[in-house]
Amino acid sequence: MTEQEQSLHALHDIKKMMERSSRFISLSGLSGISAGICALIGAWLAHPYVMGTRDFIMSWEKAYQLAGNGTWVLLFRNWLFWIAAGTFTAAFISAFLFTYLKSKKQGIPIWGSTAKRLMINVCIPLIVGGVFLLKLLDYGTFGLVAPGCLLFYGLALVNASKYTLDEIRYLGYGQILLGLINLFFVGSGLYFWAAGFGVLHIAYGIYMWQKYEK
Amino acid sequence: MLNPINHLNKLFDSRVRLGIMSALMVNETLNFNELKELLEITDGNLASHLKALEENEIIKVEKGFIGRKTNTIYSITKVGNKSFKEHINALEKMIKATK
Repeated sequence: MTEQEQSLHALHDIKKMMERSSRFISLSGLSGISAGICALIGAWLAHPYVMGTRDFIMSWEKAYQLAGNGTWVLLFRNWLFWIAAGTFTAAFISAFLFTYLKSKKQGIPIWGSTAKRLMINVCIPLIVGGVFLLKLLDYGTFGLVAPGCLLFYGLALVNASKYTLDEIRYLGYGQILLGLINLFFVGSGLYFWAAGFGVLHIAYGIYMWQKYEK
Repeated sequence: MLNPINHLNKLFDSRVRLGIMSALMVNETLNFNELKELLEITDGNLASHLKALEENEIIKVEKGFIGRKTNTIYSITKVGNKSFKEHINALEKMIKATK
């Protein structure tokens, strides 16, 4: 090996180690696909309630009785709340599973310092967004919930791109763009939500899976 | 022009040491186990390379405890940062010289 080749190898090793030690690279494309499918199922389940063909309050009688206790009690008597909670749980568990399997295959611990750093940086915009959206619900501003989800989630992904595979940045841009457009079509939130959390996730997942895991 | 080889640091003339330095350049601190997992080498091998870098004041070592287990934390010194950057620049020059 010539000296030039040696230098090239050394630089290549340096770059690889810098990436490997600072980014969480086990995020699986299949996680994106599974989370997207969960989102589409959730949106399909929520559709009749959002469109008003089914009543989203589980029991009005109970709701009137509990109304004095504030909006929080009403939240738990609401079909949409449970659909949303179920969708989130299913998406999170399935996404975690595929990433866990990939990290095992790569021999990288799932809960190392890179994973922790990624989680913290995703959670900051998400938790702030979550509190903000709960407050919007409290004030009855339902129309802004879907664009709010897309915007805060998009910002979280852009933030996350520094700590995991960089391509996730474009998924973030997509969510932000959908969220912004949605602000001008407030009644159609569910469709934008399904496009962002469903279709974009699946498209991103397929792209990443083909690029890194196939 | 100076011969770039003059700037190549003998201390970094090993894959393990290059790995240690690269990882510490992008992480403020790493502990022994994290380095071990990243480099996929044995305790003894890693310890001897860390010792050499420490003796040359390239890296700093802080010993602490998590519960009862020892937790040794490593970070790069100012000198270490400067000499590693010089080493990378020298490597780049070596490649460019032949193009």
